[in-house]
Amino acid sequence: MDLLEITTKVDARGLSCPMPIVRTAQAIKPMASGTLLEVLATDPGSVKDFAAWCRSTGHILVDQTSDGAVYRFVIRRK
Amino acid sequence: MDESMNLVLFSGTDDKLQAAAILAAGAAALGKPVNVFLQYWALDAFRRDRIAGDHGLAPEAGPAGRSHVDALRKAGQASWAETLRQAKDLGGVDIQACSLSMDLLGIEETDLDPLVDGVEGVTSFFMNAGAGQVVFI
Repeated sequence: MDLLEITTKVDARGLSCPMPIVRTAQAIKPMASGTLLEVLATDPGSVKDFAAWCRSTGHILVDQTSDGAVYRFVIRRK
Repeated sequence: MDESMNLVLFSGTDDKLQAAAILAAGAAALGKPVNVFLQYWALDAFRRDRIAGDHGLAPEAGPAGRSHVDALRKAGQASWAETLRQAKDLGGVDIQACSLSMDLLGIEETDLDPLVDGVEGVTSFFMNAGAGQVVFI
C-alpha cells in the first residue's frame, strides 16, 4: 500500500475496545470519499472488529498487517 | 444498520457501567441510534458530584476482579463516563434519566452530569426504542 495515498492516521495503540473503532469512526467522518485512513492498534479484538465495522458501514478494508504486537489497518472511505 | 440499540442501565457499579458504555460506543460507531435509559443506582452514578467517583464493582468481582479492573484502568482504559462522552461525539447517542428514579433518589435535573440529555418516563423510552433491541444491565 502506497503510504503517500494515506491522508489520515489514527494511533490507537494502547487503547482498549471499543476505542480503536470509536476513534476511527470519528476520524473518517470529515474525510473525502475514496481517501485512505491508516489505523494502528494493539487490541487483539480489533482484527475482527475492523472487519465487521467495515462490512457494516460500507468502508473498505484494503489492507491489514501485523508485526505480532501492533495491527495496522488501511481503510478506504466509502 | 438503522435498528436502534436501547440500553436500560439499572446497576450503578463501575464494571457494569463500563460494559454498558462499551456497548453504547460500539453501537454508535456502527451508526446505530443509541438510547440509554438510566434507572435506580445507575442514575445515582450520573450525579454531577459523583460521576468521577469510585462506584465499586459488582459483588461477583471479588478482590481478584478488583485488581484486574484496576490494572486495566492503570494501562489507560478510558472511564465509562469518558467512553460515553466519546460515543456522544459520534452522534446518535441519547441519554435519558428515568423520572420515577429521579423521585426515588430525590434529585433534580440540575443535579445530573451534562452527559444526561433529559428526563423521561418508560413510555417515551419504549416509543423511541421502537422495534430495536432492549438490553437491561
